[in-house]
Amino acid sequence: MMADPSLRAGDTSPNGDRPNAAEPSTPIIELDHVSRVFEQRRRRVKAVDDVSLAIQEGEVVCLVGESGCGKTTTGKMIAGLIHPSAGEIRYAGRDIWAMGKAEFQRYRLAVQLIHQDPYASLNPAHTVYGIMSAPLLQHGIAANHRQARERVRDLLSTVDLTPPDDFLDKYPHQLSGGQRQRVSVARALTVSPKVIVADEAVSMVDVSIRVSLLNMLTRLKRDLGVTFVFITHDLAVAKHFAWEGRIAVMYLGRIIEVGRTPQVINHPQHPYTRALLSAIPEADPRITRTKERLQLRSLDIPSLLNIPSGCSFHPRCPWFEEGLCEVSVPPLADVGADMRVACHVVARERAKEAA
Amino acid sequence: MSDLALLVEDLWVEYPARRGVVKAVRGVTFEVHRGETLALIGESGSGKTTLGLALVRLLPKAARIKRGRIMYYRNGTSQDILALNAEELRRFRWQECAMVFQGAQNALNPVLRIEAQFLDTARAHGLSDANAVRERAVELLKMVQLDPQRVLHSFPHELSGGMRQRVLIALGLLLQPQVIILDEPTTALDILTQRSIIEVLRRLRAQLDFSLIFISHDLSLAAELADRVATVYAGAIVEIGSVYDIFERPRHPYTLALTRSVPTVTGDMHPLASIPGSPPDLIAPPLGCAFHPRCPLATDQCKREEPPLERVGKEQMAACWHWREVNP
Ligand SMILES: Nc1ncnc2c1ncn2[C@@H]1O[C@H](COP(=O)(O)OP(=O)(O)OP(=O)(O)O)[C@@H](O)[C@H]1O
Ligand SMILES: Nc1ncnc2c1ncn2[C@@H]1O[C@H](COP(=O)(O)OP(=O)(O)OP(=O)(O)O)[C@@H](O)[C@H]1O
Ligand code: SF4
Ligand code: SF4
Ligand SMILES: [Mg+2]
Ligand SMILES: [Mg+2]
Repeated sequence: MMADPSLRAGDTSPNGDRPNAAEPSTPIIELDHVSRVFEQRRRRVKAVDDVSLAIQEGEVVCLVGESGCGKTTTGKMIAGLIHPSAGEIRYAGRDIWAMGKAEFQRYRLAVQLIHQDPYASLNPAHTVYGIMSAPLLQHGIAANHRQARERVRDLLSTVDLTPPDDFLDKYPHQLSGGQRQRVSVARALTVSPKVIVADEAVSMVDVSIRVSLLNMLTRLKRDLGVTFVFITHDLAVAKHFAWEGRIAVMYLGRIIEVGRTPQVINHPQHPYTRALLSAIPEADPRITRTKERLQLRSLDIPSLLNIPSGCSFHPRCPWFEEGLCEVSVPPLADVGADMRVACHVVARERAKEAA
Repeated sequence: MSDLALLVEDLWVEYPARRGVVKAVRGVTFEVHRGETLALIGESGSGKTTLGLALVRLLPKAARIKRGRIMYYRNGTSQDILALNAEELRRFRWQECAMVFQGAQNALNPVLRIEAQFLDTARAHGLSDANAVRERAVELLKMVQLDPQRVLHSFPHELSGGMRQRVLIALGLLLQPQVIILDEPTTALDILTQRSIIEVLRRLRAQLDFSLIFISHDLSLAAELADRVATVYAGAIVEIGSVYDIFERPRHPYTLALTRSVPTVTGDMHPLASIPGSPPDLIAPPLGCAFHPRCPLATDQCKREEPPLERVGKEQMAACWHWREVNP
């Protein structure tokens, strides 16, 4: 009787008409038991561990979690930039690593990654026009420089870099952090992607600029119907951007809670999500000084080289139960409508309530 | 006032640059009382770090203090910091005022164990009783929620960023300064680690008697910890007041926009305010009020005349011609 959240998501998408939606039930992106291991000085780092997630066209899904929990690695796998070590990634139902060359090429254009570090991702030797016209000309989207220039102008206006002519001939170092971030977004838009994976797209910029960047991305989402995978370590930003979408919380390479944003933010279930939300300092003295805090048993963040047994949160978890939590890995299980949580205790309590 | 710990008056700091002179601190005046926590908030490049460095006279060589006065007060005596010689300065730092730098997690000497760093700092200030220093170090490390036995014998790279930050806070307190300055103490740390630093600072403030100045672009840190908050824009303090006044009754349009542009996780969705335009150029700051190109209330007067920092409430000052029209 419990609804699969991924099936519902498309219906509540703010993007009503989706002309190219294949079948509503085929997710545009699907991670199916995906893992990724890195070899580091002969040691194995399991950066992403058995992640499954289905994303519908037009949906916005936020990946949140602390540094090193595997957000970027997951994002890069979604964009086809790195291979999973195990599991399958599907685009519109097709295993991306089983695609032929031409199909893979089309997928790579359809899914664009906005890199975490805008300083590293824009070639410092090229002007804004050079950076943006390259994909247009390379993929034959623009036939010549005159067309390319027009298109680049349009896109710069779309990301609020106006008047566009002021920016065409600038080099990345001549732009502020916020402007660089906008150029990264505009470049991703050159190829009219269906999915944008935005990795910490607003984290590197100041608050005054962050809001206008967020508003710009929100507008793109609404006007262009782009599907967003929005990666951030900032839950307040996730709440704001994905209020109508979903949040997936990661911990040490695993998704430990996923659900609709208002639910995850206002009624978190997993003790890690609860601890995280309660720990966040708020920009309001009355709220932040009276917030209830969930105390952890330990502040030490375990190393990925030595992931705790069973539930990997167990050494820090205030609800830890010996003989249960350190013994078996809790599966990401449905605990309510549109709500999946990987915790033995939550699963048991919900089962009790249901009985 | 008798409980004054620090007084800064009309301080100006500049850096020479190729394109001209960077006016990083422009006529800053404020005071810090004993036992009080003051937060300096503002965006990147607004001059917060420069101001902090000036307070302990640790500015880079190229920087020039053009004008101003910095006075420290303790036990009925006062010290004019800009008049101290090298030897006096050495004593003053750490013993009167200690600063933990931005990005300081990387500031510990990588080849020395933590214990040696405590002993060295003490020795440099004439404390040679190693046992007494060790005892004090153990006590301080406990206060910042670290296991002294483990940490004292570790090298910096064996500790996490949050642990290193706490070691530095403990080190800063070693010589019992009356004022401690923390520059971006939680930036780049994870939420749960940030939380532990915040709790540590709260506890220290309750247990020890010192004034705390912290510098951050993170408003929520100020909301958590500060008694008073100063908003810095284009090298100047544009508003200063109690933490509640600043967040709930700001009188400067920039403070208002800043505090309304940060989303909270608790509570309902509120629309966020965005601040149009881009941050000011400190080589050629806008004439008149430096905020005028971005201010919704700007008038011709604002473009011509720079507003002074004036009293707008019992303990609140703002630099805005039209502060009466600022309605939170
Ligand atoms: N190319 C690589 N080689 C080895 N280890 C890697 C590589 N890329 C990532 N890792 C490791 O995988 C883990 C997950 O990294 P990832 O960048 O995905 O985290 P993240 O959640 O994006 O963190 P952050 O919030 O700091 O960006 C980390 O421990 C990281 O050190
Ligand atoms: N050594 C230097 N030489 C020249 N200019 C400098 C130097 N240090 C800082 N500046 C300039 O002075 C201004 C103020 O810099 P400062 O580091 O004080 O700002 P901040 O408010 O601490 O910023 P952030 O939040 O990014 O740390 C900036 O315009 C900066 O570019
Ligand atoms: S499974 Fe056990 S240790 Fe893990 S989060 Fe749930 S209660 Fe805590
Ligand atoms: S003085 Fe004028 S421009 Fe400056 S903040 Fe006040 S209203 Fe705005
Ligand atoms: Mg990342
Ligand atoms: Mg700084």
